[in-house]
Amino acid sequence: MQALVIAAHGSHLNPDASDPTYAHADTVRETGAFDEVREAFWKEEPHFREVIRTLESEEVFVVPLFISEGYFTEQVIPRELRLEDWNPDKWDSDGTAASTVTLEATDVDKTVHYCGPVGTHDAMTDVIVQRAETVTEDSDVGAGFGLAVVGHGTERNENSAKAIEYHTERIREQGRFDEVEALFMDEEPEVDDVTDFFEAEDVVVVPLFIADGYHTQEDIPEDMGLTDDYRLGWDVPAEVDGHRIWYAGAVGTEGLMADVLLERAVDAGADVGDALEAVRNEVSLRDGGTSDSTSGPTTEAGD
Amino acid sequence: MDRTSPEFEAVLETVTDEERIAFDGLTIERDGDTYTVETPAGAQTGLERSDLPQALEPVSAYVTNWYYWQRTVGGEDTARRAFLRWCERAPIETEGTGADEPATSDASTYTNADDGTVAVPARDEALRDGIDREWGELVVTTRLVDDVDRPESERVYDCWHVADAGTDLAELEVYDDPRAARELATHDEDGRYRPLKTAPTLVSGWAFTGLSGAELVDTIGFFYPATVANWHREQRDALDVDHWAETADRQSGIYDVVDELPREAVEWMTEACCVDSQCLRRREWHFEEDDELAVDGGDGQFPCREPCSLVIAAARSWAILESEDEHTYELELTTSELNQLTEIVDAVADGRTDEIREADVNDGANRFRARYLRAKRFDDDGGFTARRRADETDAD
Repeated sequence: MQALVIAAHGSHLNPDASDPTYAHADTVRETGAFDEVREAFWKEEPHFREVIRTLESEEVFVVPLFISEGYFTEQVIPRELRLEDWNPDKWDSDGTAASTVTLEATDVDKTVHYCGPVGTHDAMTDVIVQRAETVTEDSDVGAGFGLAVVGHGTERNENSAKAIEYHTERIREQGRFDEVEALFMDEEPEVDDVTDFFEAEDVVVVPLFIADGYHTQEDIPEDMGLTDDYRLGWDVPAEVDGHRIWYAGAVGTEGLMADVLLERAVDAGADVGDALEAVRNEVSLRDGGTSDSTSGPTTEAGD
Repeated sequence: MDRTSPEFEAVLETVTDEERIAFDGLTIERDGDTYTVETPAGAQTGLERSDLPQALEPVSAYVTNWYYWQRTVGGEDTARRAFLRWCERAPIETEGTGADEPATSDASTYTNADDGTVAVPARDEALRDGIDREWGELVVTTRLVDDVDRPESERVYDCWHVADAGTDLAELEVYDDPRAARELATHDEDGRYRPLKTAPTLVSGWAFTGLSGAELVDTIGFFYPATVANWHREQRDALDVDHWAETADRQSGIYDVVDELPREAVEWMTEACCVDSQCLRRREWHFEEDDELAVDGGDGQFPCREPCSLVIAAARSWAILESEDEHTYELELTTSELNQLTEIVDAVADGRTDEIREADVNDGANRFRARYLRAKRFDDDGGFTARRRADETDAD
């Protein structure tokens, strides 16, 4: 038997923070690729601390639903899962290369394949592009468009920016969009000045966040000038300084994220049969231009 | 059960392959070409294979019981199986003294169970009406399936809120997908988010019906995550408790400070958070292994094996507050106003503010009383007009 555990932050204050986790878990559940699929959280239940013991499978694949390598993936999750012999060096990562390491959880007799976060997987590049397609309702979006990949950015964690820059570069190399830029909330170059970085009239803005919350639904829309007050909402696209800004909201809510979770588990040795294909087909049918990126404002995802 | 039923066929197949079945008081043994069938009611020996249908007919409850547990449920030693057995008051198998022990050696435990469990024939009878058990605020009913196309041993499970025990099913919102429990558990009656799943504030008005055993366990897992796993460990004396000091010590980042919370404040914290009125879990952790907290851990059904994330988050606030120095303040209040402060704190702490009637101005926590106090005693900075008395700290 094999199990997939999706390890996410969750929130004590905002129930919406765990919505993407549940949605992607359900997508994976429906493929039947795993005998058990379990959501686990830092701030909700089951807590990381208790989750492995709720499983019957001997092989457990843990995929952090986080954007970057850093504090949560290197310290909090492995510590709370009681992964014996964990050491960040085992990932041998430069900040975006963590793939998998196999460990024993000390409170249960199980083998845990601890995977890198979804945010740094190569498949995440496709999700960002998919997000651009969803928000523009154009599966060929690219020519004549700029794409801004937006990260939080923080001086506390240099890997936070690395994940953003990594995907930005990969999308740039595809040559699909006229311009591709990495922008940040808390460091230069800043998303506030989004229009300064693009020649293209149309700019898709995709925040690399897991859940829609305070940053993606309040801060960023106001900072970019999409709206004076987030509570009033904004148009997609919205006119800002002679540009049309297609604001996508958190990339983590994109259905194709389930594909990245599966990819992470496959890289770690999970046998998922034809689940990858099933998810891609199912997601593309389901998401065909129906995503509502301007759904109501919510509060802080993490607290 | 007859000779064409799946239960009967499975019995024949098993005794042919393995020569022995021993489960829940039933033993069927093959010795060459002869068979022995034994239950607490008696033994039939020297049976031919052709005698088996007749021999098993009077003990069919044991046979169908065996089939359900060994073939349908499976999962020896799992929490899932133990929980489902608990649901129908079957003896819970513990490792090493499992149900495959010879029935003859402990048949009495199946016929005269003094631990609240029910022996097979009586259990089978009770399952026809449905056996109810409470799990936190849930009622789980186990009953035999009523469907000619399915094995007669098969159980289905219904689940609803204890408050709806007397409510007609037609008046409840009926679900059959365990995942619906996630939504139901998200908000309380007032629409407020429930970050603590074991808070005694689960909404009522719904029912899950006709769940399989696996679906029931999933449903319970969404309502009360990890409670089955930890309960199972406790049943086997294998609950691993992490006491306050260990849990606090391993915190990092912004929670690094929680281990500075004074011993005395940990008591206040458990009194505030870890009591029956706030959580259905029974606190099993103390300050340290050999340093028990004075506050009672409560009577909750689910063992709480370490401080939860809400307690850790709250502890961070209290660790910061407790690091402040104490001072003596002077402020002008009448005796009634001082008493009123007590009443306000009590009302908020007990979540009673919504119950105080609009015009009940005798209650110190009445909104108009509180607004009057604020109007009279607060200064321009929006707080009590208070003077801090000079103390030694200030003199330094």
